[in-house]
Amino acid sequence: MNPAFRIPGAGRLSQAKTASFSFDDKSYAGIEGDTLASALLANGVHLVGRSFKYHRPRGFLSAGAEEPNALVQIVRDDARKTPNVRATVQELYDGLTAHSQNRWPSLAFDVGAVNDLASPMFSAGFYYKTFMWPKSAWKNLYEPKIRAAAGLGVSPDRPDPDHYAARYAHCEVLVLGGGAAGIAAALAAAETGVRVILADEQAEFGGSLRFESGAKIDGENGFAWAQGAIAKLKAMDNVRLLPRTTAFGYYAQNFVSLVERVSDHLKSPGRELARERLWQVRARRVVLATGAIERHMVFADNDRPGIMLASAARTYLNHYGVAVGRNVGVYTANDSAYAAAIDLKKAGVNVAAIVDLRDNPTGPAIDEARGLGIEINFGRAVIRAGGKLRVSSMTVQPKNGGGERTIPVDAILMSAGWTPSVHLFSQSRGKVAFNEETRRFVPGTYAQDCVSIGACNGTDGLDATIDEAYAAGAKAAKEAGGKAGKSAKPKVDASESWSRGMLGAAPGAGPDTTVKAFVDFQNDVTAKDIRQAVHEGMHSIEHVKRFTTNGMATDQGKTSNMHGLAIAAETLGKPIPQVGLTTFRAPYTPVTFGSIVGHARGALFDPTRRTATHPWAAAHGAVFEDVGQWKRAWYFPRAGEDMHAAVNRECVTVRKVAGLFDASTLGKIEVVGPDAAKFMGLLYTNPWEKLEPGRCRYGIMLREDGFIYDDGVVGRLAPDRFHVTTTTGGAPRVMHHMEDYLQTEFPHLNVWLTSITEQWAVIAVQGPKSREIIAPLVEGIDMSDEALPHMSVREGKICGVPTRLFRMSFTGERGFEVNVPADYGEAVWEALWAEGQKHGATAYGTESMHVLRAEKGYIIVGQDTDGTVTPNDAGLDWAGGKKKTDFVGIRGMARSDLVAKGRKQLVGLKTKDPKVVLEEGAQIVEDPKQAIPMKMIGHVTSSYWSENCGRSIALAMVAGGRDRMGQTLYVPMPSGTIEVEVTGMVFVDEKGERLNG
Amino acid sequence: MLLIRCPYCEEERPELEFRNAGEAHIVRPTNIAGESDDDFEKFFFIRANPKGVIYERWRHIHGCARFFNAVRDTVTDKFVMTYKAGEPKPAKLPGASK
Ligand SMILES: [Zn+2]
Repeated sequence: MNPAFRIPGAGRLSQAKTASFSFDDKSYAGIEGDTLASALLANGVHLVGRSFKYHRPRGFLSAGAEEPNALVQIVRDDARKTPNVRATVQELYDGLTAHSQNRWPSLAFDVGAVNDLASPMFSAGFYYKTFMWPKSAWKNLYEPKIRAAAGLGVSPDRPDPDHYAARYAHCEVLVLGGGAAGIAAALAAAETGVRVILADEQAEFGGSLRFESGAKIDGENGFAWAQGAIAKLKAMDNVRLLPRTTAFGYYAQNFVSLVERVSDHLKSPGRELARERLWQVRARRVVLATGAIERHMVFADNDRPGIMLASAARTYLNHYGVAVGRNVGVYTANDSAYAAAIDLKKAGVNVAAIVDLRDNPTGPAIDEARGLGIEINFGRAVIRAGGKLRVSSMTVQPKNGGGERTIPVDAILMSAGWTPSVHLFSQSRGKVAFNEETRRFVPGTYAQDCVSIGACNGTDGLDATIDEAYAAGAKAAKEAGGKAGKSAKPKVDASESWSRGMLGAAPGAGPDTTVKAFVDFQNDVTAKDIRQAVHEGMHSIEHVKRFTTNGMATDQGKTSNMHGLAIAAETLGKPIPQVGLTTFRAPYTPVTFGSIVGHARGALFDPTRRTATHPWAAAHGAVFEDVGQWKRAWYFPRAGEDMHAAVNRECVTVRKVAGLFDASTLGKIEVVGPDAAKFMGLLYTNPWEKLEPGRCRYGIMLREDGFIYDDGVVGRLAPDRFHVTTTTGGAPRVMHHMEDYLQTEFPHLNVWLTSITEQWAVIAVQGPKSREIIAPLVEGIDMSDEALPHMSVREGKICGVPTRLFRMSFTGERGFEVNVPADYGEAVWEALWAEGQKHGATAYGTESMHVLRAEKGYIIVGQDTDGTVTPNDAGLDWAGGKKKTDFVGIRGMARSDLVAKGRKQLVGLKTKDPKVVLEEGAQIVEDPKQAIPMKMIGHVTSSYWSENCGRSIALAMVAGGRDRMGQTLYVPMPSGTIEVEVTGMVFVDEKGERLNG
Repeated sequence: MLLIRCPYCEEERPELEFRNAGEAHIVRPTNIAGESDDDFEKFFFIRANPKGVIYERWRHIHGCARFFNAVRDTVTDKFVMTYKAGEPKPAKLPGASK
């Protein structure tokens, strides 16, 4: 069955290869190679959508990427419902399912169309004016309603099951646009042997040669020549062809992002194919051959389905073999629409009349049309289109007024002229220049190593285009290091040529305020809206754009920008260049989030770091928490235990017997060299010169501003070697901070810094039985308190492997941290665990670690401090070297406001009701009865249930806290005010006897 | 994505390998503890924010890890030149017109 509007013998598709598809649940027949648009048109379907604001019926305006109207939802399955797909770009495949958008209950009868009748309410700036007050109503009432009514398709509500690929590429010459110009440039460049990438958004290269029936190159029809040239390029090793690929962003230093649609055109893509591929290309030279986009005529009701660009009608006929109507009218202000009329007439379509706004144009196209017997009306305007769901007539009037005549038509082909596509040029930060004679913006000043050729450069005619393109391709290649090419430039035997046209509103856009002559179809902006914006005081095009939303839809004003600008300029009485052009921004066409995200999602979103003991912990039921990129064992619940019970048991067992804890994630940096102690002295508040090898010290690192930056235990292994530990989260920035000072402020110091975080697994064994657990496995280290006192470090062996054995404690109990090469981490852990089992030791996780350290008042930098806390604020003055004359932060911490009285200080808090556990971050006040807003004097930084204390404990930053010991303060919470007492920070073993217990 | 020339690697590498490290040519006083409030304020808090040429420190953090200096134009985003840490401010910039 041949659909009614498919013309036998026309177009390039093979009629034998059929594909069936559905649109709004109705089945249709198409042909492989069709777009959804051409296939629908072949079936006589023009009505495909409703407009954004007024819900007006809409059809196809174009046959390409600039399409503002024909946005549909393509549904493959529940998770693959892609909204806002341009039907003019979507290639047909057998079984394709599409739905129209933005209509309810049906496309032909849409309740939202009442907006069209109520349209005076929705004029320019209506969002700003109508919904100003009250503020809360915007959030709760207006915005949800507007969003629901003015949708552009529905997002899928399931995770995207497709995958997206990404490639980086380098080349000498990147050619963007595969029409005649791009192909000629690529040929010239490729012959020199340099790497060339040629990209085009269409499935087949050829650009406007798809519809230009009059083009002849090297003795062939233009499109056939293009296919031959592409075959030649494809055979060259130095050329990469990227069809279905849109360059959407042009960034600094010739870095261009392109998206390739890999499988959206396939019936069953299969799992192995990506849906799209993001290309990020760095090119020595970029050749812009992005062509031009035809503009529509601005007249009343110019949006009725069946009214389209003349070049689109030609494309549907000459490439897809589809007639867009049986009785078409033409409305134009330039020659190119004549070619469309001629092609359609020759294919057997009746051309009711050509209406030409120009007074007495002459030329071969006009002569040919006249010769075919087509009625031509000069100096006349189409002032109105008839019909609603499909255009039914055009009303013609002399442009200076006079009698009206209505001509029945079923389609109107229009052309106001061509706008060079300077989007990518503009994105490259090139400055466009307005050509007064041709009245168009063309590339002016270049900012990068690129060149524009052909229609996007304002070059008219195929001959001139090929000349320019071939020379530009050769030059770009030569500048990028290519050898001289040898083959000949393509020869143009025949071409079509047109230029000029009009900008702005035609007489049919009328001064009448009820007329809807659309400038921007996608955002429903009319000529009247733009005039109104100017009258209301918007004098800059940037303001006009935002007030009217002209050019701000997903088509980025490809067809509307120049018209909008011209209408604003005319209303302002200023020349166009003075009103200015709005900025073009990436992306050129909408880009899926999937292609930007690529593989970086789920498990691949961010690296996951696991310690050596991770498998053991997982096998022993650990619940893990994310700490930065690390997975850390949080707690080890036994059967029947919840988190609370597990943590209580772990904490009690550590203080009664012992516990094993994986501390491998702590940052570790080795500071080595003759000046290592001097360097440590400059980077930490503490004195280091006199620390004996084999001893450890708790170090505090400040920023130059005097605030605590990091902390950790540092062991001196040798006079010239320090083993520094940092917080888990602080490791990279501490290393960066150290390198910064070493390289730029203290380069005279002979010191090397090495990150050893991942080289050493660290097993903390803490508790009264810790020594008994470790000792049997250790060789070569005297474990007695005399030989290995608290805060000391020895090198030796454990389980036969090297160890740096630290005697240190983050629990307040006798404790050790066993450092072993990470590869042995799990084995040594297993051995220690086996020893621990003999004593009834437990494994404990980060939660118990937090509780145990809080019971001792040990701070965690970043939890109990927040970047505005000095050592004095944290009660750590004791750690500073009193006699030191320099260290990073020494001056900053002496600033007047940092030594002033009344600063917040870290203290302990005990709730009056011991069972109540405070919320971390809760605010503290002196007087709970004061009026709101209350004066907040501090906040809770750490808070836990302590099973060891039989009560809750907390740390807090409180103004003048150390002078408030014993005071009662209050923590107001939604459920009531909590009474607390200010205490010291140590809740267990105040004298520190258990360190040797 | 910008290409930045590391003066140590002597190569242009993508921006992703680098990290900005603030304004360049701010020397930490040798007797910092003795600085007056005003001098410390100038040293620590006050930074240039020019429209045009700015002198910055960058670090080739995912490369050779060295800090170096760069001259960048804040209007065009372009790197005018880069040079090693410790080298003086260039007397003349390549291609400078003013
Ligand atoms: Zn480098």
